[in-house]
Amino acid sequence: MSDLTRMDLSEARDLLAKKSLSAKELTEAHIAAVEAARPLNAFVTETPEKALAMAEASDARRAKGEAGLLEGLPLAIKDLFCTEGVQTTASSHILEGFVPPYESTVTANLWREGAVLLGKTNMDEFAMGSSNMTSHFGGVENPWHRAGSNQKLVPGGSSGGSAAAVAARCALAATGTDTGGSIRQPAAFAGVVGLKPTYGRCSRWGVVAFASSLDQAGPMTRSVRDAALMLRAMASYDPKDSTSVDRGVPDYEAALTGEVKGLRIGVPKEYRVEGMPPEIDRLWQQGMDWLTAAGAELREVSLPHSKYALPTYYIIAPAEASSNLARYDGIRYGLREPGDGSLTDLYESTRAAGFGDEVKRRLLIGTYVLSAGYYDAYYNKARQVRSLIARDFTESFAEVDLLLTPTAPSAAFAMGEKMDDPLAMYLNDVFTVPASLAGLPGISLPAGLSDEGLPLGLQLIGRAFDEETLLRAAGVLETAAAFDTLPSFLAA
Amino acid sequence: MAIDKATVHGIAKLARIKIDEAEAESLVGELSNILDWVEQLGQVDTEGVQPMTSVVEMRLPLRDDAVTDGGKAEDILRNAPEAAHGFFVVPKVVE
Repeated sequence: MSDLTRMDLSEARDLLAKKSLSAKELTEAHIAAVEAARPLNAFVTETPEKALAMAEASDARRAKGEAGLLEGLPLAIKDLFCTEGVQTTASSHILEGFVPPYESTVTANLWREGAVLLGKTNMDEFAMGSSNMTSHFGGVENPWHRAGSNQKLVPGGSSGGSAAAVAARCALAATGTDTGGSIRQPAAFAGVVGLKPTYGRCSRWGVVAFASSLDQAGPMTRSVRDAALMLRAMASYDPKDSTSVDRGVPDYEAALTGEVKGLRIGVPKEYRVEGMPPEIDRLWQQGMDWLTAAGAELREVSLPHSKYALPTYYIIAPAEASSNLARYDGIRYGLREPGDGSLTDLYESTRAAGFGDEVKRRLLIGTYVLSAGYYDAYYNKARQVRSLIARDFTESFAEVDLLLTPTAPSAAFAMGEKMDDPLAMYLNDVFTVPASLAGLPGISLPAGLSDEGLPLGLQLIGRAFDEETLLRAAGVLETAAAFDTLPSFLAA
Repeated sequence: MAIDKATVHGIAKLARIKIDEAEAESLVGELSNILDWVEQLGQVDTEGVQPMTSVVEMRLPLRDDAVTDGGKAEDILRNAPEAAHGFFVVPKVVE
């Protein structure tokens, strides 16, 4: 394994700027790393030729004195972002072979800043899952293993391929998307940094839609500084997404002052859930101690509707999905199963063959809660509770600047575990879903190891559009945690 | 709320997903469990609470009603399972 793949994104940027390294050399090293990591199944599509062409074009630009924020830096892109001329599947059979004739706004921003595409990463089908096991292209293996065991573990989901690719040093950074925790939970499971920005910060245009009032793109990286750098490049106001917010994009790296003196950190008492493993509780306490030692003030806060966040989410997200995924009908793109020759049978056969079990389950739930007679009892009720959940956060943020919580209720679990019980799988997102429902930014960073040697994440949640404070405090936690253990896949 | 097999077939019809008897059988249990679980929202007093319509406080932007893009029929049809003469092809629906 080459040293060129062991650097952080921002270190590689600095070396390229000094011209002590070319984008082509850097990209070649990463193409080799992607190949070496094939057993992990982190990629649906590798694009080595495109990567080399983009790297050469980048070197040519730099030679002319032009350089974007991510000039010459090889990235992995979750297979939910449409990439012009490169297959985009959402890890679903129904979109297999789909080659978008357009580029998503977020990826267009990355290429405009000079980044290089290594390939498209595996994920839970249509981003529905917390294990990456619902992918049509098979599960992704976590590059981490329990100490003394070679049992295969999941990298979390839905952005599991992106998390694994960054952790296994295949890509300097990756994009993810987060609807209920799909950036933060896999970041925690794979020992990387995952940032879900405020809803509206990154354009959703060209990102395959799951639940439009929740979906948000964000970076997955190996450092907080890298997350700041990536977010600056990804974020933009986009008239093509009517929920994209017209606010300037700050230089997030400038926010990393290493200073949290006087910052008020809230600890939500409702997040102390029954049956939480002691190691998660210990890590949470450790996080509080680190922030206090750095001069921050801790305060207990109450988010009384937290326990209703998951059931609220599992009404709203499937409802929106059932509407969004109506477009996969076998007519305009993707799979077509002719059925008995009638149009209705074509729709029904195509969707039966094209969607996996978890997607079908959620589409059926979503259809049910939106159907005549149940709309008020389920969907409207959930939207009312969502208002209360958001209000809890607003009230807390009158007293504190950030909230500190664990990211997930456990470390990574084994491939195949929790597969027979959808509800047990849903509980993975208990700490991440509330901020999603409130549209707030959240970041997960690796903060320690479990008793079995697996990474554990801490989550910070911030005020809407205050990613700067979020990143600043995350930077302080990162320094205190000094997490530098490499995944066992790299040690092997 | 427990749902029965007829309801599952009804939802599947609305969702345009073909399911067989065995799938309907297992979906009865799975969907009933999920619906039972989400029904805990009934415990929350939401009297007078506005349902959330937008998670960020913003006014929906308006733009001029003008053509800004287009002329891409070929690009759009390129991914169609079946296309002819600039159109998507579907099974015959009118006798």
